[in-house]
Amino acid sequence: MMSIKRAASVSSPLRMHLHFHKSKPLSGSQHSDIKIYSPDSALRKPHLLFAGMWSDALSGRGLAWRLAVRDISAQYRQTALGFLWLIILPLFNTLAWIFLQSSGVVQVAETGIPYPVYVFTGTMVWAIFSEAFNMPLQVVTAAKPMLAKINFPREALLLSGILQVLFNSAIKIIICLGALLFFGSFFGWHSMLIPFGVLALILTGTALGILLTPLGLLYSDISKALPLAMQFLMYLTPVVFPIPAAGFARTVFLWNPLTPVVMTARDWLIGQPAAFAWSALWVCIAMLVLLIFVWTVFKLSLPILIERMNA
Amino acid sequence: MPDVMSEAVIKVEQLSKKYCRDLKRSLLYGLGDMGRELLGADGAYRENLRDKEFWALNDINFEVHKGECLGLIGRNGAGKSTLLKILNGLIKPDTGKVTIKGRVGALIELGAGFNPILTGRENVYVNGAVLGFSKKEIDAIFDEIVAFAELEDFIDSPVQYYSSGMKVRLGFAVASQMKPDVLLIDEVLAVGDIAFKTKCFNRISDILENTCVIFVSHSMSQIQKICSRALLLNKSEDIIDSVDVGNVINTYHSLFKGEKGKYHLSEVLTINKLSIAIEDRLIYDIPAVPENSNLETLNSLCTLHFNAQLDLQEDLILFFTIEDPEQQKSLQIFSPVFKSNLIYYRSELDFSELNTGRFTVSIHVSVVKGGQRKIMLFEHKNAFSFLINRPDSYGIAPILKQLK
Repeated sequence: MMSIKRAASVSSPLRMHLHFHKSKPLSGSQHSDIKIYSPDSALRKPHLLFAGMWSDALSGRGLAWRLAVRDISAQYRQTALGFLWLIILPLFNTLAWIFLQSSGVVQVAETGIPYPVYVFTGTMVWAIFSEAFNMPLQVVTAAKPMLAKINFPREALLLSGILQVLFNSAIKIIICLGALLFFGSFFGWHSMLIPFGVLALILTGTALGILLTPLGLLYSDISKALPLAMQFLMYLTPVVFPIPAAGFARTVFLWNPLTPVVMTARDWLIGQPAAFAWSALWVCIAMLVLLIFVWTVFKLSLPILIERMNA
Repeated sequence: MPDVMSEAVIKVEQLSKKYCRDLKRSLLYGLGDMGRELLGADGAYRENLRDKEFWALNDINFEVHKGECLGLIGRNGAGKSTLLKILNGLIKPDTGKVTIKGRVGALIELGAGFNPILTGRENVYVNGAVLGFSKKEIDAIFDEIVAFAELEDFIDSPVQYYSSGMKVRLGFAVASQMKPDVLLIDEVLAVGDIAFKTKCFNRISDILENTCVIFVSHSMSQIQKICSRALLLNKSEDIIDSVDVGNVINTYHSLFKGEKGKYHLSEVLTINKLSIAIEDRLIYDIPAVPENSNLETLNSLCTLHFNAQLDLQEDLILFFTIEDPEQQKSLQIFSPVFKSNLIYYRSELDFSELNTGRFTVSIHVSVVKGGQRKIMLFEHKNAFSFLINRPDSYGIAPILKQLK
């Protein structure tokens, strides 16, 4: 319970110093929940900010679930092919690269496993990352009219996005495993670790995606540049090519934080021990820290963005 | 009844909010504001206007107590919606402070989160979740919601097959289940047919009893009906805040000087002269360009003169339609039938039953056959207006009678 005490003397109306302190409720007041809106940055009262973020994330779970169910059902209800759409794009990407490699147009170095398997698993894993990366800006943009008119836990939007990506990824992985079993026996006890590989991909994608969201809501340049950037990023990650054996390209691949995450997820998908598992773990820890940081940035900037978007 | 002794539920102190006229600049300022917010800046940097910015709200102060319903009125762009957005915690104030005790609910966007492909049933759960209801809570009131919206037969059809009125009904049925401590309502009652509007009103009256409400509407009759207090937001001048709702509404109406009326003349009729004077003041005159004339305070008894020279050999009448400040027709006055192409007419007018406010007058000339108006030959809408000021005024009904 909280109560407020007005500043005894206010020298300037613009410099309101609010005193928050926990105390017994004032007599006659049965309201436990007092909100104060002022021009000061919410960061000036970090305990309130973080408590708010935590309680909104908790109270937004029901809404997140509801929104995820809404979007998933609406997405597939008006299609004939349904969930097949989840693999159609990666499948065609795979076919294109198999064609390029087998016809000799592109020379791909030795990948250790049959190239079709390498490309197929690579694009599947990349599709999961890329969906998670694009998700935050997409869900928040789609919810603009709601954001501008209704006060609901904003975290619910991101949570619902994560739920949707999880759902889509699960289906992708199941289809992918089915295909691998059908075409060869790529299966081992490491396959049990796939869920962690998927979580690492989604964590990385989401954290980087939320990082771009505030700026992306203000300037649509971000959403226009994203497909281009993703294409470019894919070629700097061992998705359709293996890590180059030498040269500057090798340095870039090795320094790219996506490399260990993508490699690990793919290795587990084909049931092999992951060579980059430890690097992937460090990347995940860094991404977890980044996630908390970008979540705070998101929370702080939304009121300012809503004022400018005026949907 | 408003509990004035209790502490205010909403307290708004020296609140201001600025907006930018220019998009590119606005985005740039947004970037700057975001940076300062992330660095934990003191809000003082917001107190000055930057290039191309203006105050949408300037130094607003008021309090609302439990059980009060505050009607927020003002012209378009006066800042009503901006004020609601700040109270709702969607955007930050630029100066000042807002303190709210208790949960805030908003009847602003009906049917938020509706997905057209999903059924009404699914959308009730989505919309309910957006408004903060749990699944259990909606399960308990689901039938009540559907019955209120009168959509029993359509609840399992996709919402895209609903009419716009049906969507709004469903949205209102869900949103009006909220039981907040503070309720913000923005123009949501302007929808639906009359039967449903009445239903909405009754529901809101029920909610009002235990809640503190801020109600935004352009319909002064709605404001008059449910508000215990009114606040007029006015760009150029001080805001007016009073429990005399009728008086605030009259001030609001006085902001409008009346638009120049539309003028229509049939081909068969030629008007050589048509002049009207009230109390020896010429306020309407053809062939001089008909201009909007606004008469200030009019006595309840006054003399009307009119002088017409119309070139047509038919039975004609001249009549006036008088609209109240809400632009509802409230009175018609017509002349005796005249035939000659030159008439002069003088009569006493009795406006003693008109209530305070600015009334607009439209002038019509019509052919009469067998005692009935047949063809409209001339019509000038909102030709002039006059102001009635009654000291015994209460409320905004256009006619006010005193029992003798």
